[in-house]
Amino acid sequence: MKFGVIVFPGSNCDADCLYAVRDVLGQEGDYVWHHEMHLDRFDALILPGGFSYGDYLRSGAIAQFSPVMAAVRDFAKKGKAVIGICNGFQVLLEAGLLPGAMRRNHNLQFICRNAYVRVENAGTRFTKSCASGQVLRLPIAHMEGNYYAPPDILEAMKDRGQILLRYCSADGKTNPESNPNGSEDSIAGVMNECGNVFGLMPHPERACEDLLGSADGRAIFESMISFALNGEGRCSA
Amino acid sequence: MYRGFIHVMPKEGILDPQGKAVEGALARLGHADVSSVRAGKYFEVTLAVRDRGEAERLLHEISRKVLSNPVIESYRCDLSEVDPS
Repeated sequence: MKFGVIVFPGSNCDADCLYAVRDVLGQEGDYVWHHEMHLDRFDALILPGGFSYGDYLRSGAIAQFSPVMAAVRDFAKKGKAVIGICNGFQVLLEAGLLPGAMRRNHNLQFICRNAYVRVENAGTRFTKSCASGQVLRLPIAHMEGNYYAPPDILEAMKDRGQILLRYCSADGKTNPESNPNGSEDSIAGVMNECGNVFGLMPHPERACEDLLGSADGRAIFESMISFALNGEGRCSA
Repeated sequence: MYRGFIHVMPKEGILDPQGKAVEGALARLGHADVSSVRAGKYFEVTLAVRDRGEAERLLHEISRKVLSNPVIESYRCDLSEVDPS
């Protein structure tokens, strides 16, 4: 499977993403500079974490207008897989490829630590290698991870199984104490209606080897690889 | 030639952590009479168009598409004509 890692000015988790899919998981992968206009050679795209355009205006607000985003939209429209991690998630939200928006963390602190997330929907191309309710230990490092969507949209998302990950305690309970940033309904990751675009604030690419403290992030990439290898149906919106 | 002035504020009813932090700081300084602080952004732009209608249209477009995130923010804008010389 060939992954394309989009690099915006200010992205800084691109190397970790490429290392995870290429060196740890043995897939093909390449960097994609944000001026590129053709992405057909890839099976999946990763929008990595970092501080694209310095988080100026709003996190991801300027990256949404980068030249490569026209091709990313097209890629997503064709039903191919797009995963946005941290700042990548923010870019997808600003670009309207995922519903909702990010606010500043409720305690106004940049939070940099391990967090637990619970898999809410294991029937997706991003979570099929996980069990429903499985707890993953993944690092978070963000200032704007406080997810928001208007109540009616949130209800619809819940009904359609678009909430993929929620922050939880080590034993899988969701409560205010285990929500690091005040995110609405403890939401840590969401998917689009079509099921091919996924955004999450935690960093699975930093949790692919036990040496780094957790290998729980592998399951997300392994799900994508398994889905692609099995040639499972694509949704074209 | 026009000058546009845009205020972007978090929508009512949505948690505004920055406003809350400022509110807390003011309270700690003893300003018990100050409440409901909401923090936003302010932009000034120059529009090199000659027609006022065109300037308004352009101002709303950039306010809606770039300067604000309509999911969590609302904006209001004003225009004033500028003598290009």
